Amino acid sequence: MGVLGWVTLLPLFGAILVMLVPREEEAIHRGLGLLTSIVTFCVSLMIVTGFDAGQAGFQMEVNQSWIAPLGIHFHLGVDGISLWLVMLTTFMVPLTLLSPQAIGIRNIRVREFTALMLILETGMVGAFLALDLFVFYVFWELMLIPMYFIIGVWGGERRLYASIKFVIYTLVGSLLMLVAILYLYAQWHAATGSYSLDYAQLSHLTLPEGPQMLCFAAFALAFAIKVPIFPLHTWLPDAHVEAPTGGSVILAAVLLKFGTYGFLRYALPMFPLAAATAAPLIAVLAVIGIVYGALMAYVQDDAKKLVAYSSVSHLGFVVLGILTLNPTGVQGAIYQMLSHGISTGGLFFAVGLLYDRRHTRRLGDFGGLWAKTPVFAALFLVIILASVGLPGLCGFVGEFLVLIGTFTANKTWAVEHMSGFFPAPKLMGAISASAVILAAMYLLTMYQKLMFGPLDKPENKAVRDIHGRETWVFAIVVAAALVMGLAPQPILSRSEKSVEAFVAGYRDRLQESKRDPDAPPHVYPALAAAAPPPAPPAVPVPTPAPVPEGIAP
Amino acid sequence: MTFNLRLIPLLPFLGAAILMLFGRKWSRDTVVAVAAGAIAGSCLVAFDAFFTALPLAEPNGLHDTVGTWISAGPLKIDLAFRLDGLSGLLCLIITFIGFLIHIYSSGYMEHDPDYPRFFAYLNLFCGSMLVLVLGDSLPVMFIGWEGVGLCSYLLIGFWYTETANADAGKKAFIVNRIGDLGFLIGMFLLYQFAGSLNISEITTVASTGSALMQPLWGSTVAFWAALFLFVGATGKSAQIPLYIWLPDAMAGPTPVSALIHAATMVTAGVYMVARMHAVYLLAPAALAIVTAIGALTALFAAVIGFAQNDFKKVLAYSTVSQLGFMFVGVGTGNFEGGIFHLYTHAFFKAGLFLCAGSVMHAMSGSGDIRIMGGLRKKLPWTHAVFFVCWLAICGIVFSGFLSKDSIIAGAMSTEHLGDWAWVGQAAGYVLSLAALGTAFYMSRLYFLVFTGETRASDEIKHHIHESPGSMVGPLVVLAIGAALAGFTGLPGGLFEHPTWNLLNDELSPVLGPEMEVSRLTEVGVMVGATLFALLGIGVAWVFYGGGYREPSRKFAAAVPKLVKLVQDKFRIDELYQFLFVRPIKRIGNFIYFFVDRILIDKIMVGVPVALVDLFGRLSRLVQGSGDGQRYMAIFALGAAVMVFLGTQPDLFGSLKVSVTGRTVEVDARRGGKPGGRALEYSFDFDGDGKPEVEGASSTARHDYASPGSYTVHVRIKDPRWGTSNSLEQKVEVP
Amino acid sequence: MPTTYYLILSFFLFLIGTAGVLLRRNALIVLMGIELQLNGGNLALIAFARELGDLKGHVLAFLIIALAAAEAAVGLAILVGLFRGRQTVNLDEITLMKR
Repeated sequence: MGVLGWVTLLPLFGAILVMLVPREEEAIHRGLGLLTSIVTFCVSLMIVTGFDAGQAGFQMEVNQSWIAPLGIHFHLGVDGISLWLVMLTTFMVPLTLLSPQAIGIRNIRVREFTALMLILETGMVGAFLALDLFVFYVFWELMLIPMYFIIGVWGGERRLYASIKFVIYTLVGSLLMLVAILYLYAQWHAATGSYSLDYAQLSHLTLPEGPQMLCFAAFALAFAIKVPIFPLHTWLPDAHVEAPTGGSVILAAVLLKFGTYGFLRYALPMFPLAAATAAPLIAVLAVIGIVYGALMAYVQDDAKKLVAYSSVSHLGFVVLGILTLNPTGVQGAIYQMLSHGISTGGLFFAVGLLYDRRHTRRLGDFGGLWAKTPVFAALFLVIILASVGLPGLCGFVGEFLVLIGTFTANKTWAVEHMSGFFPAPKLMGAISASAVILAAMYLLTMYQKLMFGPLDKPENKAVRDIHGRETWVFAIVVAAALVMGLAPQPILSRSEKSVEAFVAGYRDRLQESKRDPDAPPHVYPALAAAAPPPAPPAVPVPTPAPVPEGIAP
Repeated sequence: MTFNLRLIPLLPFLGAAILMLFGRKWSRDTVVAVAAGAIAGSCLVAFDAFFTALPLAEPNGLHDTVGTWISAGPLKIDLAFRLDGLSGLLCLIITFIGFLIHIYSSGYMEHDPDYPRFFAYLNLFCGSMLVLVLGDSLPVMFIGWEGVGLCSYLLIGFWYTETANADAGKKAFIVNRIGDLGFLIGMFLLYQFAGSLNISEITTVASTGSALMQPLWGSTVAFWAALFLFVGATGKSAQIPLYIWLPDAMAGPTPVSALIHAATMVTAGVYMVARMHAVYLLAPAALAIVTAIGALTALFAAVIGFAQNDFKKVLAYSTVSQLGFMFVGVGTGNFEGGIFHLYTHAFFKAGLFLCAGSVMHAMSGSGDIRIMGGLRKKLPWTHAVFFVCWLAICGIVFSGFLSKDSIIAGAMSTEHLGDWAWVGQAAGYVLSLAALGTAFYMSRLYFLVFTGETRASDEIKHHIHESPGSMVGPLVVLAIGAALAGFTGLPGGLFEHPTWNLLNDELSPVLGPEMEVSRLTEVGVMVGATLFALLGIGVAWVFYGGGYREPSRKFAAAVPKLVKLVQDKFRIDELYQFLFVRPIKRIGNFIYFFVDRILIDKIMVGVPVALVDLFGRLSRLVQGSGDGQRYMAIFALGAAVMVFLGTQPDLFGSLKVSVTGRTVEVDARRGGKPGGRALEYSFDFDGDGKPEVEGASSTARHDYASPGSYTVHVRIKDPRWGTSNSLEQKVEVP
Repeated sequence: MPTTYYLILSFFLFLIGTAGVLLRRNALIVLMGIELQLNGGNLALIAFARELGDLKGHVLAFLIIALAAAEAAVGLAILVGLFRGRQTVNLDEITLMKR
């Protein structure tokens, strides 16, 4: 099954095991869940050790025929872009299961919570690794269901409203995406005569301009909702506020990344012409989102909502970085995804901990907690600063690279079609960079209201400092933030080749699309081996050609 | 030449980490030993590097590359350090004064329960500051730049239980961040046009190529890059318009004010401009702006200093003012002058602040100069030190004398400003006025605190005592520095002995040769400035000699509104509050309510939801009862209709007709696409009821004998179901 | 015998079943009606299988028999549950789908 298959399916097996243990044995559920996720993390480390940084294409592929008559394969593979996102997932899930607050203050149904978390992990890892659009879609929807239950069962007072809002928003996008996937399936058949949903093949399908626009719109909408890009973001604060701590952490740290990952993996490479046309609009929306999210965060009184809006702002950077379409910006976007996962995940852990202690999230109810919780305060401060983007911590690297990429966007966009299209890169860069001020404003204000000032409220005097497992959770997050800020190179160097290939491949395909925008669907660049016939299960399917690296037309 | 420079910042960082992890369990002596030991070690390494290794190194100094920090696409940033005359001098100042202040703090903070935290922050600050000066590229410098900002935030808000302190810390951080935005943009511009972020490489590009002289936004790249970098400097070094945080920053412990907000961190902006001098020299307009801002700040802050009643606030405005002097120095291209003043200022201002600490220590923590007075006898050591530093800052004989003169003389005779040379000269006159002001408010401070009778309550009077040795020792060392540091920079133009200018020996390889000033200007400025200083002291004596005298009371009574305005710092804080802070909050609240809640949630989402709801209600009217059997009946009916429609051949098809000459070709396939079903087609072209063509083919052609208008009837049968369907279309045959 | 006869029989079986499902009030009888419908369908499948000489029809018929058994089990369980809860199996009184 390959190491990727194991990483994907281990949590699912763990979930089944957890469900087999009787309901009363909560300690066993927790232990088993944690053990499974830690084992999964250890196995996923093998992906890193086995990863060849010098190679741009997919590695360690698993390719089993699944539904042969329809040409569907269980196809997984990892490249420099998905590698670290998978690692982020397998890193955050054990942390969530380790945290005593993950389940929220309604501490019920530990067994189901643990199992759902593990199923969610399978969905997330699978969707990052999927190289077949059908498999991708299955895992994509598989993530939705556990999250729905996690918000809807363990959430706060308005949990039903929030969970249904979350599901409807996400479903609207993903169903449109499903339609587009089916359309691509039909077009591939029309162009080649065979059936396939393989990513490596479909990503070479060049559609005429009109259908490209429609398909891009469908994919982009699904991803834009997930990111979320302004103005599709209003589900996020509600979902975050109502979700239990563990749900918020995973939602912020991993689930939101599927939006931006989707742009990188699917929406841009598959529909280059449409993407180039829509890029200015999305870039402008991203910049609006950066400032808007920050401004919204600044006026919140609910700590969790504040952090949720800060996610809108931070993920705007990711979208902007992707749309710069130069290696610096895209690398920055990927790094920002990871660092946002760590820092915002940490922030949600911290807010969840305070909620657990005090059963309130109103900033005005706190104050002066430093005196009672010095260890927590120090670790929390580091996480805050990582989120503010202080150099030396993880948040800086991503933002810095994205901003540099944005500033130099015109210079590196070789295709003349686009150079005029990215509107005023310096202005956009400057506006986005103003988030460094706003981020300091809202996060430090929050920190001050929580930790500084006089300890004048009697409820706050009884707050305990972190201890035991809680300390471990925060210490690990802080360590990750420090390491990622001081030594980003091990991560950047492994994604470098794939990012360069992504940028070069995008340009190639854009030129091909522009050559004749009305050409009927065709495969470009021609695949080395034509589409594999729907092979019987026993015969191994020929490996699809790797993503092209700057092949000139 | 390489040297293990990384040790210099690493030692304080290690100290900070150790203290944060274990400090709480250790005794106070251990904590001080670790903290001061770390900075002392770093100081020794810095001295070794500066005095032993640097003279042997090539002109661009000592290097140490730790490794690649960030590399993405064409961008590559090394975590590398460089020590040359400029950064080396700063290193010496930071580590040496830092060490003294560690010692001083061990006495000053004796009774504070958060002792280890304080020293951890202090060490962290020293490490960050050293990274700032040693960093070989702008991003590495930025690590230190932000790091010192963070430590400043933490130390200002050190006594966090007071909301005002926490607010001051936050204000400092946010105002600094506004400057950082400028720094970042300047950095990006340099990267885009110079192709590198490495300072040496930028310097090379700036001094050789024309890359930075390209036009941009109506001026040159160099101008904008220099200007944006200077915005960063105004934030860090508290210049107009971003100076507002520094006076508030006095909320922190006094040693912190001495180290961070006087001697080191706030001078980072001056250092940065000097470091990037090659870029600035390309843009005389930017230099002129630096000069103008510096001169205005120097005068403006000095005026505010006239009316402050808090010991540390006076010193804070004095710092802002002195930083303005330094910016005029670097802004007129007189980089040595600016750095020289930075260097002497570090000694006398740190000394002044530590005296303030000692006085406040004696006055039971109060810093209100209105209740002080007559402390000369009660605090002899503190008084002696303050006296020396006072003369130094007023520019009489001691170190401030030469450095201030060097700046004013440089401004008068600069040639770097091109068309804006008049700005330099104007700045020279403004600075002379500011120097007069400086002499006045510093003398006011001196007279009110140390001369006359003590105005405090008996309770406080009773407790007045000289500070312990750990505090007095560093004071004395700083006083010696304040007295003598100036003589390392004897102006070459005056004595025609350039080698007497020791400082210039170190700086000129980095910053270019000392600015040429004619002897006449030099002497004129010296005499003039001394007279001005004496005048300032004299006026202060008239007003405040030995306590509040008659003229000062009369003056305050004559123009109470003016005094109040100056006391309220011209209400600039309130103006900013009104212009920026409150609008941002209001706009945020407005948008949150109207855009997020109403426009998006209620209208953009709510309207479709309401439509779906309406549709659901309408269709429920039809289904109605909740009776499962009725649902099933409707379902069966629907299924029957579907089956019926599905068995009709090409129900919604149309004919595709093409006419060539008199030949008409008809295609009856729906949409012209191959269907899956086997159908039978019969074509009747002339409308006589008898089909001309029959068969499984969906196409047929017919030649008309004569032109005219005809109707084509096509009957499609599905033999499997026995169903059929008719299509017809009119044809015009020419 | 011609296949048409089987088909007519299957049609009437299905029709009777449908009538039972739609018209009877007793849920138990409705379930029986469903069984009749399924059997009607089964008969048609078998008839076509014989006509075309294709075993797939048999396979499908077996599948449906198994499915019918499962459906009957679940349906009866629901009925028992309903009866316990509401003391009735009269469909007119069970209008839970209308809130």
